[in-house]
Formats: sequence, C-alpha cells, structure tokens
Amino acid sequence: MAWQWFHRLGSPKWFYEKTTAWLPWLGFISITLILLGSIWGLAFGPAEAKQGNSARIIYIHVPAAVLAMAGYYVMAISGAIGLIWRMKLSFMVMKAAAPIGAVLTFLALFTGAVWGKPTWGAWWVWDGRITSMVVLFLLYLGIVALQEAYQNQDTADKISSVLALVGMVNIPIIYKSVDWWYTLHQPATLKLTEKSSIDPSMGYPLLLMILAFYIFYAWVLLLRTRVEILKREQKTNWVQEIVAKG
Amino acid sequence: MMSTDTPSLRRAFWASLRRELLLSYRHKGDLANPLIFFLMVVVFTPLGISEEPRMLARIAPGMLWVIALLATLLSLDGLFRSDYDDGALEQMVLSPQPLACLVLTKVFAHWLLTGVPLTLLAPVLGVMLQLPEGGYGILFLSLLLGTGSLSLIGAIGAALTVGLRKGGLLLSLIIMPFYVPVLIFGSGAVKNAIEGFPVNAELAILTAMLLAWSVMAPFAIAGGLKISVRA
Amino acid sequence: MPSLEFRQFTCQRDGHPLFNPLNFALNGGEVVQIAGPNGAGKTTFLRSLCGLFDEWTGEMLWQGTPLRVPDFSLCSQLLYLGHQPGVKKSLTAGENLRWFFGVQGMPFPGAVSDALAQVGLQGYEDTFCYQMSAGQLRRVALARLYISRAAIWILDEPFTAIDRFGVQNLETLLQRHVSNGGLVILTTHQPLAISGVRLIELQMAGRGGNDVD
Repeated sequence: MAWQWFHRLGSPKWFYEKTTAWLPWLGFISITLILLGSIWGLAFGPAEAKQGNSARIIYIHVPAAVLAMAGYYVMAISGAIGLIWRMKLSFMVMKAAAPIGAVLTFLALFTGAVWGKPTWGAWWVWDGRITSMVVLFLLYLGIVALQEAYQNQDTADKISSVLALVGMVNIPIIYKSVDWWYTLHQPATLKLTEKSSIDPSMGYPLLLMILAFYIFYAWVLLLRTRVEILKREQKTNWVQEIVAKG
Repeated sequence: MMSTDTPSLRRAFWASLRRELLLSYRHKGDLANPLIFFLMVVVFTPLGISEEPRMLARIAPGMLWVIALLATLLSLDGLFRSDYDDGALEQMVLSPQPLACLVLTKVFAHWLLTGVPLTLLAPVLGVMLQLPEGGYGILFLSLLLGTGSLSLIGAIGAALTVGLRKGGLLLSLIIMPFYVPVLIFGSGAVKNAIEGFPVNAELAILTAMLLAWSVMAPFAIAGGLKISVRA
Repeated sequence: MPSLEFRQFTCQRDGHPLFNPLNFALNGGEVVQIAGPNGAGKTTFLRSLCGLFDEWTGEMLWQGTPLRVPDFSLCSQLLYLGHQPGVKKSLTAGENLRWFFGVQGMPFPGAVSDALAQVGLQGYEDTFCYQMSAGQLRRVALARLYISRAAIWILDEPFTAIDRFGVQNLETLLQRHVSNGGLVILTTHQPLAISGVRLIELQMAGRGGNDVD
C-alpha cells in the first residue's frame, strides 16, 4: 500500500493532472520572491566596500551557480530512478532538467564575466570556480547532445541517464582537482568571492534570492516536464481531450 | 548430455584478450594512427606557437599530455562499433560471464595497444619539444598510469555512442569533462618533476583514479552496451 | 528437460504491443516455429527470450520460475543465432568458432574442424572469413550448433543464404537435437521438412485501444 503513491507518480496522466493546480502558485511565489529579493538587494542593501555597486550582481550570479549545481543532481537522480524502477515520468523530468541546467550554468558564467570586468579588469579569468563552472557547462551540453543524437526516445533516455550518473559521481572529483590545480599554479590573489566574509545585510537578500531561484527552478522544471509529457503521450485519449479543449 | 566442464571467467578472459590482440594484429595500420597523430601535432606546436627553446620547454609537459589525451580519444570510436555491427556484441551480452568483465578485457587490450605505445613514444617527442631533463621519467610514469584511466573513461563514451552511426565527435564531447582530473594531475606531475618538487601526491592520485575507474567504468560500459543492444 | 512458459506475453514498441498476448508452454523435444507477417515482432520475440530486448509485458517462466531481464539465468542454456552472425571477417573460421565458446568461458572445442566439415566447410578452418561468401559466413556461424551443448537453440532465419544441401543437413541436426531432449525455437520463411513442428502464429496487435490518429 505504501508503494501506491510511488506507482501513481509513475503515471504521466496522474502527474499532469495533479500538478495543474500547483503551477500558478509556484509561478506567483517565485516571481514575487525574485522581485522582493532584487529590490532588497539592489535598492536597499549596502554597496560592497571594495567593489561598489558592481558586486550587486551576486544576487543573480550566486543563485544561478547554486541551482546549476543542484540541477545536475536533480537530473542525474531522476535518471537513476528511471533506470532502476523503469519509470517513464522520471526520464521525462531528466530530459526536461538538462537544458534548464545548461542555461543556468551559462547565466552564472555570463554574470561572472560581467562582474569580472570591473573587478579583475578582464572578462575572463582562469579561476578555480569559473573553470569548474565551464566543465559543468560541458557536462550539461554532453547530456543535451546525447539526448538529441538518438532517434529512439527510450534509448536516448537510458543512455543519457547513464552518462548523468557517471557525471554525478565525478563532479566532486572534478571540482577538487580543479581546486588543486588553481591553488597550485595560480597566485591566490583574487579571493574576492570568499563567501565567509559576507555581511548579513547582503547575506539575507542573497539567501532570499537563492530560495526564490529554487522555487523558480521547480516551476520551470514542472512546466518543461509537462510539455514533455504532452509530447510523448500525444497519441493517448487524455492528451487528445486536453488538446481539443484548447 | 550436459558436460562437466563448467564455464569459467578465466577462460573467457583469455579468449577475449586473444581475440582482441589477433584482431589488432590483423589491422596493424590502425595501431599506428594515434602515434602518427601524436607526432603530427607535436610537429605543429613549434609551427603554431614558437620554435624558441625556452618557450617550448615551458609548454612541453602540458602539450605532450594534451596531445596524448586527444590521440587516445581519437582511437576510441571504433572500440565497440564493429562488434555492434556484426553481432559479436550480442554474443558477448549472451555469455554467462559478466559483461563488465568481458568489456574490461577489451579496454585492457585497448590500453595495451594505444596507451602503452603513446607512453613509449612520449619521451621521444619530449626531446623534440625541448622537455627539460628532469621530466622524462615522470612523463613516462604519469602517462602509463593516466592512459589507463583515459582508456577506461573513453570506453564509457564509446559504449554510450555505439548505436549512433556517427558517434565520433559526440564521444569526444561527452567524455572530455571526465578527462579534466587526469590531465590536471598528469601534467601537474611532470611540471613538478621539472621544477624539482615532489610528485608523490600526483602519482598517488593518478593511481587511485586508475583503480577507481577500473572498478566503476566496466559497469557503466556494460550498462551502456546492454541498452544499445536492446534498443 | 528445459521448459519455458509464457503468460500474457507481448513485446512493445513505443508503448504499443507488437502482437496479441501469447499463452503457451514449450518443453524439450520440440521444434517451435514462430510465424507471422512482417513487422509482427518475430525477431523481437526471439530477442526477448535471450534478454536482448526488454520492453515486454506479461510473464516468462523458465522451469517454473518467472524471469526478469536483470537476473537472466537462461544464458548458459542458450544458443542464439541472429540476423548478424557475429563472425569477424578478419579472423579465420576456426578462430571465430573458438571465440564463440571462449567468450562463454567454455574450453576451446577440439571438434572445430569436424563441425566445419559438417556444414560443408571442410578444410576451411584456417581460411579468413573475408575470403568467404555470405552463405559460407552463415555456415561458420551455424557450425556452432554442432559443438554447442546448450539446450535451447534460438535461431532467427537460420536458412538464409544456405543452399538446398545445407538446409537438409541443418534439418537433420535440429531433429537430432530435439530427439535428445533439446528445444529449438526458430523463424523461417521456408517450409520445414521436420515432422511435428509446432507453429506459433504471432498476430499483429491492432493499433486500437487508446490510440487515436
């Protein structure tokens, strides 16, 4: 009996109908929180002591980076669930999560570059964190490319889930090794991003933004998964009915 | 009518290894290709950057490692493709022996026939790139350990793209992020050796990575191959 | 005595059943021919018996125990000959045969040249397979049947590219295998000259149900 919900979760139809009601809430809450956090951080929060107003970009940069990272785990774990319990819905979540993660990683890199120009005097610096982010971006692109390469959706799902799992095991190793490389071969002068030194007056809006991004992520993931469900179940009666209703 | 000869993994291992070696002996040309590639890009380096000895000496450890890595990558596309096309892979999947062990033999053969020759060639090419005195031994050792990981990781990519007709470029794309740690510690060891720093930590990590991949990669490879065969 | 049973068994493509559910039991001593129109899933059915296809529903029981793909315990009892014979062209006929058994962990069969002689390839043991015709390649693969000790033979179109004499030989061999208690499951477009062949017809599943085009 305890497994019943789990099996129902595997039914795309049940999931689709259940989540219809959540969408407006998630959308409303995430947009409101993002607006609140942005206004707090940009207008009311203090400017950073050394960098001035340019440091305010952390309110996008940090949440994007956090979610890019967490998104990989969301993707890999849904892939694993799909492989182990042969759950089609889980594969759909996995497929939906890959491009979102790639976009978030790109956003983190882009805001990092914009931030780097006034701070370090260069758009691009080979710093440990940036390098790890690039590697993460490549990992995401690999998953998306593999998904696109296979004609058969079923094979594409399973194959890219295996890759995502291998990636999940390796991400900590890649991060550690890039860290090692950076501290060994680069002078450690650019330590402006140390998180420990952040002042609460900037920390609270940042935390709020991270929370907002999490909910935003859930909202977008849900939206994309639902599109994926409709695409894959398009020949079934219940999808036909939804389409007929408009 | 059933025989008392029970199937044994050891026999399967030797039969697979024997076949791999025979096959590559019959296609000797394929063996040389990664080595020629290695040589060619090394020739390109002074042409594209500078022939100035001090400059070359500085970039030699990194260049040698990057090129060896790319050469390995290029040799991987065909690893499972011909077995997939002619049905031999189905017979491997059907074997009562664990597929993970059978593919490990294939990867071992690949390392023996690609990684080891690249490692042997690297010091010679190091001379061409003005690699400083102290780097040769560690270059050899780090490549010997590192190419093992490269073959194992690359085989995962080969297994995941075996069902695609043109998988070569995609294979590189999905696998290269996993090569990052191997490259960092491999070329790091050579650089340290040249500058006279200890290299124990790097070599220990390269060994640890090789061991970890030897345990993990065969399962990912076997999983990928089974999915491809069942498609 | 091998026994295989199917309950409500059907293979699926993209979530649609390929053929109407099957309910039957097979025992040693039978030659079973799987028939049906193109696209009804004959090859897919044979592949799912071998664990080379896993999108199936229903039950498959081996000696009374249900089988699932991940814990497939049938392998050591099986000999599968698919569309692709799995013969490497740059190996000799003998090397190919030895590998077939070697990869299963069996000892190198001594009877390789005998087996090749049985399929009409006497003296070809050290001939490279790239020098052979399609029919001869097929025969190299078929020579496995003369050496194998597997109880269940699963043969997908075994008579393709084989001449009349070869077909007769193969039929005799199949008959001998089942009279020893073995089980043969095959597909073929040729009429079989074997007595007591059991015919299982796959009926294409209607694309009805929850399908709307």
